[in-house]
Amino acid sequence: MNSTTLATPSTATSDARPVHGRRRRSPGWFLISPSVTLLLIWMLVPLAMTVYFSVIRYNLLYPGERGFVGLENFHYFLTDAGFIPGMTNTLILVGGVLLISVVLGVLISALLEAAEFPGRGLVRVMLISPFFIMPTVSALIWKNLIFHPVSGVLAALWKFFGAQPVDWLAQHPMASIVIIVAWQWLPFAILILMTAMQSLDQEQKEAARLDGAGPLAIFWHLTLPHLARPIAVVVMIEMIFLLSVFAEIFTTTSGGPGYASTNLAYLIYTQALLQFDVGMASAGGLIAVVIANIAAILLVRMLGKNLTEKH
Amino acid sequence: MADLKIRNLKKVFDDVEIIKGIDLDVRDREFVVFVGPSGCGKSTLLRLIAGLEEVSSGQIELDGRDITDVSPAKRDLAMVFQTYALYPHMSVRRNMSFALELAKADKNEVARKVSEAARILELEPLLDRKPRQLSGGQRQRVAIGRAIVRNPKVFLFDEPLSNLDAALRVQMRLELARLHKELNATMIYVTHDQVEAMTLADKVVVLNGGRIEQVGSPMELYHSPANLFVAGFLGTPKMGFLRGRIASVGAQGCEVELDAGCRLSLPLQAAGLTSGSDVTLGIRPEHLHRSSDERCHLKVKTDVGERLGSDTYCHVRTRSGESLTMRVRGDFTPRYGQELDLTLESDHCHLFDSQGQAIGQPLQQQVA
Amino acid sequence: MLTLKQSRRLNTLLVGGVSWIVALLLFFPIFWMVLTSFKTEIDAFATPPQLFFTPTLENYLHIQDRSGYFRFAWNSVVISFGATALGMLFAIPAAYSMAFFETKRTKGTLLWMLSTKMLPPVGVLVPIYLLAKQFGLLDTRTVLVIIYTLINLPIMVWMIYTYFRDIPRDILEAARMDGATTLQEMVKVLLPISKGGLASTMLLSLILCWNEAFWSLNLTSANAAPLTALIASYSSPEGLFWAKLSAVSTLACAPILIFGWISQKQLVRGLSFGAVK
Repeated sequence: MNSTTLATPSTATSDARPVHGRRRRSPGWFLISPSVTLLLIWMLVPLAMTVYFSVIRYNLLYPGERGFVGLENFHYFLTDAGFIPGMTNTLILVGGVLLISVVLGVLISALLEAAEFPGRGLVRVMLISPFFIMPTVSALIWKNLIFHPVSGVLAALWKFFGAQPVDWLAQHPMASIVIIVAWQWLPFAILILMTAMQSLDQEQKEAARLDGAGPLAIFWHLTLPHLARPIAVVVMIEMIFLLSVFAEIFTTTSGGPGYASTNLAYLIYTQALLQFDVGMASAGGLIAVVIANIAAILLVRMLGKNLTEKH
Repeated sequence: MADLKIRNLKKVFDDVEIIKGIDLDVRDREFVVFVGPSGCGKSTLLRLIAGLEEVSSGQIELDGRDITDVSPAKRDLAMVFQTYALYPHMSVRRNMSFALELAKADKNEVARKVSEAARILELEPLLDRKPRQLSGGQRQRVAIGRAIVRNPKVFLFDEPLSNLDAALRVQMRLELARLHKELNATMIYVTHDQVEAMTLADKVVVLNGGRIEQVGSPMELYHSPANLFVAGFLGTPKMGFLRGRIASVGAQGCEVELDAGCRLSLPLQAAGLTSGSDVTLGIRPEHLHRSSDERCHLKVKTDVGERLGSDTYCHVRTRSGESLTMRVRGDFTPRYGQELDLTLESDHCHLFDSQGQAIGQPLQQQVA
Repeated sequence: MLTLKQSRRLNTLLVGGVSWIVALLLFFPIFWMVLTSFKTEIDAFATPPQLFFTPTLENYLHIQDRSGYFRFAWNSVVISFGATALGMLFAIPAAYSMAFFETKRTKGTLLWMLSTKMLPPVGVLVPIYLLAKQFGLLDTRTVLVIIYTLINLPIMVWMIYTYFRDIPRDILEAARMDGATTLQEMVKVLLPISKGGLASTMLLSLILCWNEAFWSLNLTSANAAPLTALIASYSSPEGLFWAKLSAVSTLACAPILIFGWISQKQLVRGLSFGAVK
């Protein structure tokens, strides 16, 4: 019995059936509409407002002045001193964290699947734990207990080897934030990839071993291709979250020193809620939306088919 | 009473016609089996009757009531699914009583019906178990019990035995036959297994490509298939087919010249057939013999033999390349490549025209 | 040349050893946080950091007087559970309809839902802030419940959809034959069968709500602030009480960490939108 027979839409058969008027209506449309309506409102209303705000002069500090200014806000935002660093930092953050989490994620999950050893369950639990720590906590733990130039663990380590302790968040703010965020997202990659690896056909591996393939050849020719789809999933999901990293910057460097660790999300936040320039913040928001959409379109194209296929 | 009438029933899925106009009568207390290759539409037909699929055009009538647009639960039908479709979170008892519970039936009445069904199916000790604690055969019985409890006009079975192992299948087949007698029920049964069709049915409906090929009792279908499809589909091993043409037509029957190199006279009334037209001759394995006959020697080479103990199925190849199967005694051991002379029992030959339709009726029809 | 048995053992030793080292390294910040929460402020700030010290419960005992911990925790609980319950209410019917009454538009709808997750929150921060202000919802739990419901809805629909898709249609058809209405079919058959999947969907939603830190930081201040905001308040220079910070953090993270450990297998499915099981 083909399980998709029920899947045929009731509307498709309605034309073929002029004689009988009474028809069992599928409850599908009725049940899905609340969710669709909510999400549609959630997407369209704020977006429309953002578009409107972005072309008027609108600063909460100067109420009353609300004239149409065309693309002036975009001009200001794009030429703002923070824009170029903001863009660069966003790219560094997304790229760096993706690279770290995918590469290390593949290696670590492959390592864990390589052999059964005592305490593997505990090791797995420890490895995925950082993912469940709230972002403000992980940022502060790293800032105070690990990165602190005097009492941090790294400072002690540096001193132990006779080196001058580094003030990580001041001297290498972006690198430090990449490390903090990667620490949170690497476990996600491990979690997904490890599960994906368990579904790799054992018989395939055994056949390859009988064909004389070594562990490296198996990893390269069997495991990696099998992981292509989960890796794509990891990249997509992380991308969604990484494009709008905020709390980690808010609680550690506040975007500084200067604009050294300001990403787009943080830049827009400062414009909107610290400088009260709604117009310019909206223009920035729209630019962020455009960037996210470019990434989204590429990714959904790449993944959409995979996701909705039945396995 | 349960009298089901299906009139010009059609089902279209995405512009593809799956059921292409079916007319069928199912009479009270009949055991009707739909049989056919996969994709022939037999399951869809059953689901249309059940109300799980919407009819595209045509009509279904039960005891004079038009049920074409009635919701499945109100049709007075019960269905046993291929996968049993038991509710995994309910006990056997609740699985069986669920329908009555939804219909808000009287509690004592429900309990009585469930215990009655449990008695018939020997499920009494299992009533408080969950489906996952049951074996395949037991689950099957619960699924049947769920149908019995509802006391439906017609039982629908969708390949109910295909998920069981071979031994259990034979046992359940017998139980179903017994149940049909015991309940005096009307049953419609879908299967791709022709043995189930032959052994269970009062009436077999052979479906192919969304159409009915032939309807009749198992023996009617076996002994006088209406066309090549039915002839080839029913019977194991399959009927063998030989190409040929009509050599002459006379009062006593006709003569057929086979490509395999022999001439055969058949006691068939070949109405409207002229000599020279192409025909296919069908012969069942049990009607081929090794003993050489004066009139027709079919020279063949043995291919392989399958020895079953009681019988041996000897697969042979004619000079024109057609393969035939012959049933011989179990002590015969064919050698590969051995030359054999065969005789066809002319009383049991079937003749089909170039469209695949059976030609004429045998002069002495054999219906068991 | 090693025998097969010896090389296996060596392999296990090597893999196990490296795995343990990597795991300990990644887990270290959490371990250190928990450790610090039992130190006095002086021990916490000591150079070099102390591995051995006299543990104290003082940080936990005074957590309520110092920071009003329970008010924040209660906000977190109310917001997370509220948004999760509301989300389930919308997601279950939607997933049911998509899994069992698939139409030509179903796939498109699912992908569109996913794409609403791609909308960066900063893009709509300003209007949401102004709308919340307009409706008097700034610094209320209501506004976070609404927003969390909306941002998690696509994930919940997807996750429940993948669970429903695995349920044999036969069972629902059997219920239909037995006379169940759509509502009865859902409540009496579908939900009990898929309760495991629904539970992990709820867990995932709870985890995501509990840890959300963009909207909670931007839309709440004193009244409705959840734990994420309480922790963030320790980032100010005058809040340098590391031991207390660690204690509060440990308490804030512990429930979610435990949820996560319990449901790690099921979470994969939700987090990967059903692509990995």
